[in-house]
Amino acid sequence: MNKMIVFIGLLLVVIACNKASEIIPELPELFEGFKQPANFPAPAYNVAKNPISKEQFELGKKLFYDARLSRNNTISCGSCHIQAAGFTHHGHDVSHGIDDQLGTRNSMPIMNVAWNKAFFWDGGVADLDLLAIVPIENPVEMDEKVPNILKKLQGDEQYHALFEKAYGTSAITSIRFLKALSSFMVMATSSNAKYDKVMRKEGADFTQEEEQGYALFRSKCANCHPEPLFTDGTFRNNGLVPSAVNDLGRYDITLNPLEKYKFKVPSLRNLKYTAPFMHDGRFLNLEGVLNHYSSEVVDNGTIDPSLENDDGKLGIQLTAKEKKLLLAFLETLNDESFVQNKLLAE
Amino acid sequence: MKAIKHIFLLSAMTLLLAACKKNETPAPDSNNVGELSVEFDNIVGNKTLQLNTANYTNASGETFNLSLVQYYVSNLKFTNTQGAEYIVPQDSSYFLILGHDRNSRFAKVNVPEGDYRSVTFTLGVDSIRSTMPVEQRQGVLDPTGGHDGAGMYWGWNSGYIFFKMEGTSSVVASADNKFRYHIGLYGGYDPTTPTLNNIKTITLDLSPGGVAEVRKGYRSNIHLLVDLMKVFNGSPNIDIAQHPTVMVSDFSSVVANNYQHMFSHDHTENGVRNENEL
Repeated sequence: MNKMIVFIGLLLVVIACNKASEIIPELPELFEGFKQPANFPAPAYNVAKNPISKEQFELGKKLFYDARLSRNNTISCGSCHIQAAGFTHHGHDVSHGIDDQLGTRNSMPIMNVAWNKAFFWDGGVADLDLLAIVPIENPVEMDEKVPNILKKLQGDEQYHALFEKAYGTSAITSIRFLKALSSFMVMATSSNAKYDKVMRKEGADFTQEEEQGYALFRSKCANCHPEPLFTDGTFRNNGLVPSAVNDLGRYDITLNPLEKYKFKVPSLRNLKYTAPFMHDGRFLNLEGVLNHYSSEVVDNGTIDPSLENDDGKLGIQLTAKEKKLLLAFLETLNDESFVQNKLLAE
Repeated sequence: MKAIKHIFLLSAMTLLLAACKKNETPAPDSNNVGELSVEFDNIVGNKTLQLNTANYTNASGETFNLSLVQYYVSNLKFTNTQGAEYIVPQDSSYFLILGHDRNSRFAKVNVPEGDYRSVTFTLGVDSIRSTMPVEQRQGVLDPTGGHDGAGMYWGWNSGYIFFKMEGTSSVVASADNKFRYHIGLYGGYDPTTPTLNNIKTITLDLSPGGVAEVRKGYRSNIHLLVDLMKVFNGSPNIDIAQHPTVMVSDFSSVVANNYQHMFSHDHTENGVRNENEL
């Protein structure tokens, strides 16, 4: 009998140990605070004014992956921003939200947001701390209100402890909630693609193909997708034929007719994980995107001047060979360490 | 004891007399601070506001009722009879008037003693506050909707809804007959691509209806009438049938131009000791 008790006791200890190692991630070693990569400019988000502690980050991460942020507790931020898909909704042309409802736009990556000056395809929000309100309140995404979420969290002892660790007291307020989510998103930095290692001279070199692709990129794409973020953060009409939805893009925000069909220039980092492409996810792969630029661009009134050529033709003239070289270069912008970063994992 | 009673009676009578003789209010001492409120008393034409129950008819002959009325008042400024301005510190100068909550009808501030002959306020939220960090947008300005669920903020087009009015009218050709006016837009965060700016600044002369004589220990109340009918009856008149829903659109500026004329000064109550007197 005694032996039995000892055995069960040991068993329990073993189970307890296993559980502990499952629950507690190895964050102490992983979290190093916000860092500006050597080849990146200063971030747009005021990190000095909003220093990110490990505790705030951990709270933000728990919130990011908590389905209670949606009306019926089914959809978390992470549902449509999946790390393995570069924090997008892989395979979905437009966002797929609560009650299987569909939005009208492609889920954007949570990546290098600390450098973003404006958010969403139309730039409707200019402050990261206000970003989370949008998917939360969108009736086809999470369809919830922050005050309701706070009530749900207030009923959870674990959150009281997490808020206290992060902010000194256990008060669960809207500002702390938003700031914690920002803390998580700001840490989603992707800066370790092959391209970065070449630029930072960390022992990597472009192949001949990649090097040629890089030169092509700089002459044909970098106007709108400048290094090292591979977006200039502006809103442009890149000559897509409007779909049946007739999404007017930036115009919906500014009501300026000159901004009809303009959308934010997306980054070209991590394209390997983030298909499909464009604001409505209409292109399933990069070949489709390059074919668009080389031969499918149309002018519906507000086309970006950089897509107009002296000979009257629209788009970016690219040969099949050039496309291949560009694709080789774009491949160097994929950051496997980002999509596998345990720090950001659910 | 009797003497004390007499003194008490006498002083009570003196006070009563003093209250009656308004001209004998002591001269203001600007080192002292008194309470001042601006009362936003919603009416519709020549009727009081009765949400959901009362029927009103606008200049276009459309009969409607109102189910929801709420708007921001901010950036209060008062000018005294000498022409000097007092600007209420901005952090305490944001108010949300809710048609369904009579307690919300006062914008209460503290101002130096003085005789104030005009009031200026913003209908809406100024552009600077609209782009401030969230820490400086608490209380009625909480963008997450902490303001009693009033829903006075657009998340997707980051900005406050200045004025919200909803109701029903049989002229609206939809199943629920609802009309919804949600008016905002502060000019946008990017000066290179400005949006509409529907921020309205309203100044009212208080002289005809009574200046606000603000004195320490008392409250003055500037009683305004807010005629919601002016949303429809203005230049131009707005037809509900043609415009059942006005939100982020060019037409929002027409509504805002009309509603800036809603406010008129009715009277001022000075020497108020208790809000129940109002």
